[in-house]
Amino acid sequence: MATSPWWASESFWRKTAIWVTGVSLVVLILLTFDSMRQITAGSKRVPAYSAINYRIEYKFDEKRYVQVPVRGIKEPLFGKELSEQEAEALVAKGKMTIQAKNCINCHTLLGNGAYFAPDLTKSWLDPYWGSKETREQLMVDFIKDPSNKLHNALGRRMPNLGVTDEEARGVVAFLKWMSTIDTNGFPYNFKSMQQEN
Amino acid sequence: MATTGVLDSANLNGGQKLAAKYFIAAMILFGAQLLFGLLAGLQYLEPDFLFGVLDFNVNRMVHINALVVWLLYGFLGSVYWLLEDEAGHPVVGLPLGNLVFWVLTTAVAVVVLVFLLAQVGPGEMSTIWFINEGREYIEAPRWADIGIVVSVLVFFYNVAATFTKGHYTGIGGVLVMDLLALFGLYLAGMFYVTNVSIDQYWWWWVIHLWVEATWEVMVGVIMAYGLMKTLGVRRRIVETWLYIEVALMFGSGILGLGHHYFWIGTPEYWLTIGGFFSALEPIPLVAMVVHAVFDAGVNKIKNSNHPTMAWLIAHAFGNFFGAGVWGFMHTLPQINLYTHGTQWTASHGHLAFFGAYATINIAFFYLAMQKWRGNVWMEDALPGNGWKWKWALGLLSMGTVGMTMAMLVSGYEQSQIERAIEGSTWAGYFAAQAHPWFVQGMWWREAFGLMTAAGYALLVWDLLTIGRGEQRPMVDVQDKLTILSGRASATAIGST
Repeated sequence: MATSPWWASESFWRKTAIWVTGVSLVVLILLTFDSMRQITAGSKRVPAYSAINYRIEYKFDEKRYVQVPVRGIKEPLFGKELSEQEAEALVAKGKMTIQAKNCINCHTLLGNGAYFAPDLTKSWLDPYWGSKETREQLMVDFIKDPSNKLHNALGRRMPNLGVTDEEARGVVAFLKWMSTIDTNGFPYNFKSMQQEN
Repeated sequence: MATTGVLDSANLNGGQKLAAKYFIAAMILFGAQLLFGLLAGLQYLEPDFLFGVLDFNVNRMVHINALVVWLLYGFLGSVYWLLEDEAGHPVVGLPLGNLVFWVLTTAVAVVVLVFLLAQVGPGEMSTIWFINEGREYIEAPRWADIGIVVSVLVFFYNVAATFTKGHYTGIGGVLVMDLLALFGLYLAGMFYVTNVSIDQYWWWWVIHLWVEATWEVMVGVIMAYGLMKTLGVRRRIVETWLYIEVALMFGSGILGLGHHYFWIGTPEYWLTIGGFFSALEPIPLVAMVVHAVFDAGVNKIKNSNHPTMAWLIAHAFGNFFGAGVWGFMHTLPQINLYTHGTQWTASHGHLAFFGAYATINIAFFYLAMQKWRGNVWMEDALPGNGWKWKWALGLLSMGTVGMTMAMLVSGYEQSQIERAIEGSTWAGYFAAQAHPWFVQGMWWREAFGLMTAAGYALLVWDLLTIGRGEQRPMVDVQDKLTILSGRASATAIGST
C-alpha cells in the first residue's frame, strides 16, 4: 500500500487536532481568569452594586468613540442610600426575580434573550419613563401590573406576572445597576433620558 | 430469523433498539418545537392570541427547549445506533441505558408540563430549583439539571466502556473525548449568580461551546459513520477528515466564543479575538462540504439509502450556509453592534440549527427505518418514486430557508431603524417593530413556518411507511464499492 504524504496522513492530523484543541483551551482558560478579574462586581467595567446610590449617565467617550456609563452625583434609588451589602441584596432580589419570571424569553439583557420586547440593558435610562422624578415609581408600578398600561401602538403587551412590591423594587435596582456596566458601546447611539436638573 | 418489510426489533442490535426509542421521542419533540414556534410566531402578528394563557415567553421557551432536547436525543440515539458496530462489542450496561432513557424522558415531560402549567414562580431560589431557571436555552430547573447530569454520566459510561471492551476506532476516540467535553460543559450552566456579566460569561460556555464546538464535532462523528455506511467510504478517509475537522472546528470555535463577549461587560480584547476566530469558523464547514460532496461524487452517488444520503448532503450545505455564512454575516463586532439581539440572530439560528443538526438527525432516522425493516432496499424506484421523502425534504428545507429570509428582512430593518437611527430606546424598538417591512417579514415567517410544519407531517408519514412490504434487500455498498472508493477517495487526500 502506498504511503501518504505527511499532510495527508491520519496521524499528522490526529496530533494536530490534539495540539490545536489543547492550545486553544489553555488560551481560553487564561483569558477567562483575566476576564473574571475584570468583570467582578466592583471593578472598573462592572461597578459595585452600591452604584445604584448614584446618578448613572451614558456619555460619548471621545477616545473610545462609543458611549460609556458614567457615575454622576449622588442620587440614591428610592431616595435611600444603601450600604454595599444592602445594595447587593436588593439587586440580587431583582436578578432572581428576572430569572423566576422568565423575562429573558421576551426581552434581551445585554442583548441576549428573545426579541419580542425591548432590550433592557439601558432601560433605566429610557426616555419612556418621562423624567427622573417619575421614573422609579412608574417602573415599579409597571412591573407589578403592566397589562393595562400604555405599551405601544401594536397591541403587544407585557402580562401580569404576579410580581410583588419587594420584587419590583429589586428588579428596578437590578436594571439601574445593569446600566452601569461598560458594554463597549452597546447599545450604540442610545438616546438617554434627560437627567440634568 | 429476521423478517423483511415489517418493523421487527429482531433486525436491530441492542444499542439500536435503544436508539429507536430516542429517535421516536426526538420526532415527538420536533413536532412540539414546531407547534410552539408557530404559536409564538403568531403572537407577533396577533398579540392578544393566548395572552395571559400561554404568553410569548412560555411558547418561546418550549420552542427552544424542545429544539435542544430533540437534537440531543437525536445525537444520543445516533451514538447508540453506531456504538456496537464501531466498537465491535455489544453495548455495555444496556439495561441501565434503557432505564435512563425512561427516567430522562419522564423528566423532560414533567419539565414541559411545569413550564406550561406553572410557567413562572416567585423571585426565590425555590423557583430556580423547581419551576424555571430563567436562563435562555437551559431553563430546566435545577432538579432536572441534576437528573440530566446523572443520566449523561450513565450514557458516557456505556459508550466509553463499550469501546474499551471492544476496540477504540478513530471515530470512537473522537466521540468519547467530545462527549466528555459536551457533558462537562453543562456544569458551567448550573449555578446562580447576581452579576449578570459573569452569568452570561459562563452561560455562553454552555451554549456556544455546545453548538459551535462540541455539537459540530459530534455531527462530524455521525457524518463519518453515515458516509461509511451509505457510500462505503473507507475508514481511513473519513477518519483523516474527522481529525482535520476537529482541528479546524476547535481551533476556530473555542476562541470564537469571543464573539459572544463583545457587549456583556467583558474586556475589549474580545472584540479582536472574537472577531478573528469566529471569522475562521466557516472553514471547517467548507471542509465538511468538500468531504461529503467529493465522496458522494467519486462514488457516483451510488449509495444504499437515498433519503439518508440526501439529508447528509442537506446537512453539509445547511451547516455551511446556516452556521457558516449566516453566522459570519453578522459576527464581526463592527456589524454585530447593530445586529446583536435583533431578528438577524433568529434568522441565523433557524438556518443553523436546521442545517447543521436537524438534517443529520433525520438522515439517521432513515438509516434506522431501513435496518428496522430488515435492511431493505431504499435506493431509487421506491413506491411512488419516493415522493414522500422527497417532498418532506423539499418542504422542510424550503420552509426553513423561507423563514430565514423573512427574518433576515425584518432583522435588516430592525438594525437600521431601531439601532442605527433610533438608538435602541423603547420607542425606537417599537418604531422598528411597527414598520411594514418588519411586519411583512413576520407574516412570511409564519407562512414558511406552516410550510415547515407540512414537511414535518409528511416526514412522519414517510418514516412510518417507508420500506413497508419491501422485499428487495439492501445492496451493501461496502462490498460493491470498496475498490472504487478506496482508489478515488485516497486520491482526494493526496495519496499516490
